[in-house]
Amino acid sequence: MKRREFIEKTAASSALLSLGVSLSSFETSKTRQLTVLHTNDVHSYIDPFPADHPRNANMGGVARRAALIETIRKENPNVLLLDAGDIFQGTPYFNYYGGELEFKLMSMMQYDASTIGNHDFDNGVEGLHAQMPHAKFEFISANYDFKNTVMDGFVKPYKIFNKNGIKVGVFGLGIELAGLVDKGMYKETVYNDPLETAQDMVRILKKEQQCDIVICLSHLGYKYRDEPTKICDLKLAELTQDIDLIIGGHTHTFLDKPTVVKNVAGKDVLVNQVGCYGINLGRIDFYLDNNKAKAFEGKSIIV
Amino acid sequence: MVNLKKYNDVSKLFVIFLTFFLVVSCSKQNYYVTKIEGKRIPITEKENQVPAIENFIRPYREHINKDLDSVLAYCPETLDKSTGKWQTTIGNLMADVTLMRGNLVFQAREKKNIDICLLNSGGIRSILPKGNVTARTAFEIMPFENSLVVIALKGEQILEMVDFFIAEKKPHPLAGVTFTIDKNNIAKNILVQGKPVQKETIYYVGTNDYLSNGGDNMNFFKKGVNKFDLEYKLRNILIDYFKEVDTIPVIKDVRITVE
Repeated sequence: MKRREFIEKTAASSALLSLGVSLSSFETSKTRQLTVLHTNDVHSYIDPFPADHPRNANMGGVARRAALIETIRKENPNVLLLDAGDIFQGTPYFNYYGGELEFKLMSMMQYDASTIGNHDFDNGVEGLHAQMPHAKFEFISANYDFKNTVMDGFVKPYKIFNKNGIKVGVFGLGIELAGLVDKGMYKETVYNDPLETAQDMVRILKKEQQCDIVICLSHLGYKYRDEPTKICDLKLAELTQDIDLIIGGHTHTFLDKPTVVKNVAGKDVLVNQVGCYGINLGRIDFYLDNNKAKAFEGKSIIV
Repeated sequence: MVNLKKYNDVSKLFVIFLTFFLVVSCSKQNYYVTKIEGKRIPITEKENQVPAIENFIRPYREHINKDLDSVLAYCPETLDKSTGKWQTTIGNLMADVTLMRGNLVFQAREKKNIDICLLNSGGIRSILPKGNVTARTAFEIMPFENSLVVIALKGEQILEMVDFFIAEKKPHPLAGVTFTIDKNNIAKNILVQGKPVQKETIYYVGTNDYLSNGGDNMNFFKKGVNKFDLEYKLRNILIDYFKEVDTIPVIKDVRITVE
């Protein structure tokens, strides 16, 4: 009896012990890294600038950008690759092929998503639609309503990416089209208020879907010095909450490093934009921890 | 019995632990951002190229280069929009060519003639250099996708157009109209196709779609009584013209006389 009892107790306690061990290992923090890579306003620049170019000699080029992205993916495979719009218009590649090559190359580089810029309407909403078969990535815009156009069903307001356990919510915002793009080009595309749309999006992505990171892909522009009331990325960052990163475009702003802005809740938001023509690649690394206590110690931002 | 009871306690504990474990492992695990690093990486010639991407681009590039770099015409001297106060050689060429080639479409479609062509100086994006002229030259001069629009304007708006021209002091490309600016900076002797302008007559004015909507403050275009989109891109007008001629003319006739 005694021997049997001993064996049973030992078995039970060792089971408990091993469970205990696995539980405690659960409690020690697990860290994860997400690398966000981004471009904006590439404007059909596929080849590098020539060596005799007065401003951007030997800069850019898709084949080189692809190599850089490959190197980074080898370092950390947990990559989200995004574009903030104006993929089209700027070189004869667009005039000749209507954006086909741009979309095919972005698909080869495994872009995850892009938002839609004003120049992406340069061949009309039909011209954009015609290139859809060549894009293997998502188009994201929350404030353009394409319901009454041929683009209906091709654009999502947001997309949630699961990147190695990290839930990343990405939503898109586009600039007002009236006065900027000919009505005959954007047709029945409806522009909705970006600020209200952003507030809806963060409620869905942060409160309802509990995303760990919320990213806004914006083609609103960084800042308008002469039009202080016009919505821009810096304003959007200040007037909202629960956005971690705004990746911008449109104003072709070359930021040396991301701008850190305090949002409505007093928390830090990163706003970044990397110029234009594929001259730069933006890189934002998020380090995450599942231990809430560590998060309360505050996050450090190194830019 | 006592022993058995102890054994039950242990198994109860085991079940509680197991339940707890399963609950914890099934619920979504939240991650919290602890650190963010951000930087800009320039793409330079130090970067290697991905051969698969380069090989994919090559046929597209070769096709475009072959097309853009074949010689279409010859230009005997550099035409530049910055040499001339009221008129320039490149502006005269663009306005004349647009009027002429636009008429081929307008006459065929509407059985009418374009009387005047007015474009904007800002829309000329490059010089037309001395030497061989290619389609690439046309892309450099006119990179935008603007197309030709004809607006039916009353003579009254032609007078507004002339006033605008004098007030702007820019060498906007102009064809079909001539006038004189007197000592008081007022226009006189305004002729359309060689005839004095009549206030109630309808004139057909060719311009680009951007200006036709009042772009560059050309608000008189918005008062048009009719509008025809010829669906002919300004760049293609240039390319078609380059294919047609051997030597580009240097056009210096006086359209605006200053007293």
